Amino acid sequence: MTAIPLRKAVIEVADAKVSFGAVKALDGVTMRILPGECVGLVGHNGAGKSTIVNVINGGLSPHQGTIACGGEPMPRYGIAAARANGVRCVFQELSLCPNLTVIENTRVMHRTLAGWGWRQRAARIIGDKLDEIFPGHGIDPTGVVGDLSIAERQMVEIATAFSQVAQPVKLVILDEPTSSLDATLATQLLGYVRSFVETGGSVIFISHILGEILSTSDRIVVMKDGKVVTDRPAGEFDEHSLVAAMGSVVKGRDQEKRVKETAGLTPRLSQSSRRGKGLPFQAFPGEIIGLAGLGGHGQTDTLVNLYLGRTGSWFRRPEAQVAFIAGDRALNGVFPLWSILKNLTIADLPGLSRSGIVSEPAEADVGQAWKERIEIRTQNVGNPILSLSGGNQQKVLFARALATPAPAVLMDDPMRGVDIGTKQEVYAILRAEADKGRTFVWYSTEMDEVRLCDRVYVFNNGIIVAELKGDDVTEKNILAASFMGAAA
Amino acid sequence: MKRALPSDSIRLLIPALSLTILLIAVFYLQPRAMSYVGLNLLFNLAVPIALATIAQMLIMTVNDLDLSMGTFVSFVACVAATFLQATPVIGVLILVAAIATYAALGVLIHVRTLPSIVVTLGMSFVWGGLAVLILPAPGGHAPEWARAVMISRPPLVPMAIIACVVIAMVAHFVIMRSSIGVILRGVGGNARSVERAGWSILGARAATYALAAFFAILAGISLVGLTTSADANIALRYTLLSIAGVILGGGEFTGGRVSPIGAVIGALTLTLAGSFLSFLRISPDWQIGAQGAILIVVLGLRLLLNRLENREKRS
Repeated sequence: MTAIPLRKAVIEVADAKVSFGAVKALDGVTMRILPGECVGLVGHNGAGKSTIVNVINGGLSPHQGTIACGGEPMPRYGIAAARANGVRCVFQELSLCPNLTVIENTRVMHRTLAGWGWRQRAARIIGDKLDEIFPGHGIDPTGVVGDLSIAERQMVEIATAFSQVAQPVKLVILDEPTSSLDATLATQLLGYVRSFVETGGSVIFISHILGEILSTSDRIVVMKDGKVVTDRPAGEFDEHSLVAAMGSVVKGRDQEKRVKETAGLTPRLSQSSRRGKGLPFQAFPGEIIGLAGLGGHGQTDTLVNLYLGRTGSWFRRPEAQVAFIAGDRALNGVFPLWSILKNLTIADLPGLSRSGIVSEPAEADVGQAWKERIEIRTQNVGNPILSLSGGNQQKVLFARALATPAPAVLMDDPMRGVDIGTKQEVYAILRAEADKGRTFVWYSTEMDEVRLCDRVYVFNNGIIVAELKGDDVTEKNILAASFMGAAA
Repeated sequence: MKRALPSDSIRLLIPALSLTILLIAVFYLQPRAMSYVGLNLLFNLAVPIALATIAQMLIMTVNDLDLSMGTFVSFVACVAATFLQATPVIGVLILVAAIATYAALGVLIHVRTLPSIVVTLGMSFVWGGLAVLILPAPGGHAPEWARAVMISRPPLVPMAIIACVVIAMVAHFVIMRSSIGVILRGVGGNARSVERAGWSILGARAATYALAAFFAILAGISLVGLTTSADANIALRYTLLSIAGVILGGGEFTGGRVSPIGAVIGALTLTLAGSFLSFLRISPDWQIGAQGAILIVVLGLRLLLNRLENREKRS
């Protein structure tokens, strides 16, 4: 350890703070990446992994804190400065231009590939790098990226990041690089990462598969709630101690769980196991089912499939069987130009109509009843929806779903950006409605919310890997299921 | 690894095929069109349309749409028939200012995240108004050089065909082959990743709009070269013709999927469709509707092909 301070860090982020509104995404993070080391970065949803990655690649300026490259402080750090210092990033979501060929995508990533003959040069650079990392890849560099499979796109993206054109590549950030690669390709990639690190390069490696992190990293940084909680050599961890490190420091109060006897009952909603793997999904009357796991591992798809399987057809009866509460209010939640009342009653217009005409008194009654029941803070439900705070808008969306006669409600992380007071109110309403026999399917990225559920399905790589009931619904179990290597 | 034709070639297949079929039909109805003069007459009005289509295609490359194309080409035609002919220096200055305006529009649309349709629809009234101010009544004279180029008679191949091939080649080189064109199409495909690679999306948009204005100006000048005089409403049809030409040629409204060669073929097809209907002696009252029907048939074919392609990809 004594030799390390002598080497200059490739990049050093000191005391970085970033907040989005009231949410502190980074709360004083200090991170030093030395040449020739692979740093594993782990943490649950919202721990701040993506935010620190964005700070390092220059896409996001920290509101406080300093960044230094190779010992030089960089007061004006941005994407261009990051790239000039040899920082490259492979993002979790695929970020190639699907309409361009592999060669052209290489050109987009490398500014200096221009002038006569750039196509030949680009083809050679990307082809050589693909051959080096993934021997026998079978990718044609002149092919359009849109025609490639997801795994092939991921391979191209990784090869582009590692390929060197003008500036030397010093640090490559890999954010879930193996998520769409099969085991062979993942092994090839991890092998290349090790050889890259041994020749003096640095890698920040983010993965939900702890086995990969442990086998590939020299050092592991664990983040939680926007802070670095642990930073130790990889050899001091095993899978269990890593999961423990990601868990909460303070023990949350666990509510009393009710385990319903479901054997013999007919499920209200069910779905066979996804892609023929993992566990099937079932939801019974009166249950609150949680969908847990890292974000983007198939939870939203499951909700959407459950919803579309029961609505959206011209031939079905008009009575709704399921209601949906969207997570992204602005994108697919509120009708921004409408009043609170219209936003509330839109889901159940058939129930409020007589011979095709909406009955205004009935609509007003529903609005008044729900305004009192869930305490929407407004003088008049005729006010525009945007006059409400975000939390109250979300309450209206809850009321929209609950005002329908639908016996099942699907919730796609609906509490994002909602203050704690409103959350508590909504939790109480959910519990009361469940006691009346409604079924709730709740995808949440927040551990506290998942722990409120009666039964939890944990997703990993698009399939359900674990079902937790009653007292088994603990942070430790959920973390273990969402981070353990996916069932092959 | 089995790989059929690249999807770009498949994309070009339908427009090329529909142009060939139309051409055969026209020759069948009117064998005299199969001559130097006949071909030139059939296609010379396609030259300005092809240029306007390339301009529209550039705007569509960055996922925008220009609804002022027709009025802008009319405006340029009016400038060409007056200032550019009488006082070339002022004429050139006006056209340079028009290019700068387009670049500024690109900046405005990007910075304020305005819908391009709204901005260009508004600008169409500005261009239209300016055109009326310049030329309140039809008139003016085409600049001699523009006229000379448009009526020139090169040996063997008519001017209209040569012009269309040159337009297609130049546009193909700029958009599809050059390293800058890659960035422009990248903005249409995935602006975020282009930005993450350190490029200025703002600059790319401004450049695209300026380049589009340049092609639209060529369209206006070549149009005046053909008609010898101008009118403030001379090219109003070009807005929809240019959009239809891009789509017909295998381009798409979003995603940066465009094809300059296809766009020129699309413009030729649209021009030819008009002549075809005249040869069929369909009354002018029905011609627009019949032109629409041809468009629907071709686009329907493409939809079918896309679906087949997707099914193949999935299996």
